[in-house]
Amino acid sequence: MPTRYCIVGQGVAGIAAAQAIRAADAAGPITLISDDPHGYYSRPGLAYYLTGEIQRGHLFPWREQEFQQLGLHRVLGRAISLNPAEHRLWLANNVPLVYDRLLLATGASAVRPTLPGSDLPQVIKLDNLADADQMLALARRAQSAVVVGGGITALEIVEGLRQHCRRVHYLLRGQRYWSNVLDEAEARLVMQRLAAEGVRIHTHSELAAIEAKRGRVAAVLTTAGQRIACDLVAIAIGVAPRAELAQAAGLAVARGILVDETLRTSDPDIFAAGDVAQVFDPRAGKALLDTLWNSARSHGHTAGQNMAGGALRYVKPMPLNVTRLAGITTTIIGAVGAGRDADLIGIARGDSELWRELGQALVAEEEHEVNRLRLLVGLTTLVGAVLMGDQRLSRPLQRLIGEQIDITPIRSQLLTPDAPLASLLTRFAEGVR
Amino acid sequence: MTLRDLLQRDRDRRTALVTGQVTPEAGRCVQCGICTYYCPINIDVRRHAWLGQPVQESHCLTCGECIARCPRGVLRFERIELFVP
Ligand SMILES: Cc1cc2nc3c(=O)[nH]c(=O)nc-3n(C[C@H](O)[C@H](O)[C@H](O)COP(=O)(O)OP(=O)(O)OC[C@H]3O[C@@H](n4cnc5c(N)ncnc54)[C@H](O)[C@@H]3O)c2cc1C
Ligand code: SF4
Ligand code: SF4
Repeated sequence: MPTRYCIVGQGVAGIAAAQAIRAADAAGPITLISDDPHGYYSRPGLAYYLTGEIQRGHLFPWREQEFQQLGLHRVLGRAISLNPAEHRLWLANNVPLVYDRLLLATGASAVRPTLPGSDLPQVIKLDNLADADQMLALARRAQSAVVVGGGITALEIVEGLRQHCRRVHYLLRGQRYWSNVLDEAEARLVMQRLAAEGVRIHTHSELAAIEAKRGRVAAVLTTAGQRIACDLVAIAIGVAPRAELAQAAGLAVARGILVDETLRTSDPDIFAAGDVAQVFDPRAGKALLDTLWNSARSHGHTAGQNMAGGALRYVKPMPLNVTRLAGITTTIIGAVGAGRDADLIGIARGDSELWRELGQALVAEEEHEVNRLRLLVGLTTLVGAVLMGDQRLSRPLQRLIGEQIDITPIRSQLLTPDAPLASLLTRFAEGVR
Repeated sequence: MTLRDLLQRDRDRRTALVTGQVTPEAGRCVQCGICTYYCPINIDVRRHAWLGQPVQESHCLTCGECIARCPRGVLRFERIELFVP
């Protein structure tokens, strides 16, 4: 009898797993379940949809034909319970599905605030396409918007709303933006850009309540007593893995679903991949979360192969994101910061816990008007880097840090004050091809 | 300077000048679709990026639009060796 595969989640992890299963097993039926009516689309692309750089239809990478070629049986519905002993999964309509191998690729969802007024319809988050549609619809009619939170998503929302609303207020609890990933100068660059763009930044401002008038958002109140009139409030205070199904079924769960290096959970026939999976990281010596598209894709690929009988071990690449912070293209790679950020509960989107695992490292910096490079220099290798502006060094850095190349020949030069870091690194990277 | 101007400047900076074939680095791609959207002759560049395969379509204009627009540095021109010794 062919192996019956079931995948909960139609994000990139689920899709990559389905492709890997089909490549290894031409016959086994694959059921792909999702509670998102829009199916598979580019979640990071939502930011460009908000700014108007792409149209809605372009968010969907696959045509119907591609799903058909893989012979996927797609089901729209929410998985609500799981019995690992019986190999059964129940959907909201109470119909049980029987599987031989199951993948949980349920992603992460935005942490919701519990403040007075936070359940008003104009209090929004950015998890999925429906949220982005709602945000655009509200923003087009709004005069003033308030954004609360941190990390990449908060800025993407700020930038998106700025294209549509006259006034955008951004509330930061502390002195600066993203304090456990960016350093002061980097955060200053971002905040200056936002201010120049007309965004009103309120530091030391914590949301206390959201005020309503006739059932609609009218203003926010801060703990410092300020009242800011607004028509919508967007919240990006972090995301949490959607691990409820696994937890209720008795699988090992910490912050996410714990998996070994084959992406297997504590049950041998159940795997987990993507934002929901908490994977052992040999560099940090502990299991960490990533909320990165490419990590999710590689998890899915590994899990899919192993569900079909393979024995592939997942080798976690150095977490990398190339993103835009207030219009400045920025590469973040490796360990670059430490500690907590008051604007976030846990992890944000497009984020990695490893970025905050900075141990002993020296800092080397080079700064020009709009370009900035911060290197975290370890004993024999580079442990991380933040590159803002000109991105010509992005790939060389990815290689030097990702492959942990020995930088001993240039280490002391890198640490010399005012060293021309960019040219040193470019020449060195070319030499170690 | 408006955000749009900034984005434009950012894009201009990335405009590639070398001629060759468009080659993706799949690990950087987030399948956002910007490259495909802006390709003047509708080549599905995003699909190539997913597969990690260069755009080997003979009608590619090598105009560099996809490379310049990609916000993640996924695409670049790689020289094609026409005369392999
Ligand atoms: C606005 C935004 C910006 C981002 N920016 C970046 C970035 O710059 N760089 C980057 O690398 N990453 C970024 N990301 C993150 C990236 O999109 C995610 O890491 C990636 O999508 C994770 O894929 P996944 O398959 O694990 O989960 P998801 O894509 O979240 O998919 C989860 C799937 O599970 C389904 N599901 C969940 N629970 C159930 C259930 N009980 N029953 C049925 N179906 C269920 C959902 O419907 C969905 O189909 C961003 C994300 C967002 C939203
Ligand atoms: S524009 Fe870049 S990131 Fe977006 S789909 Fe194309 S190659 Fe991928
Ligand atoms: S170089 Fe121009 S024609 Fe060729 S794929 Fe890119 S955008 Fe299309």
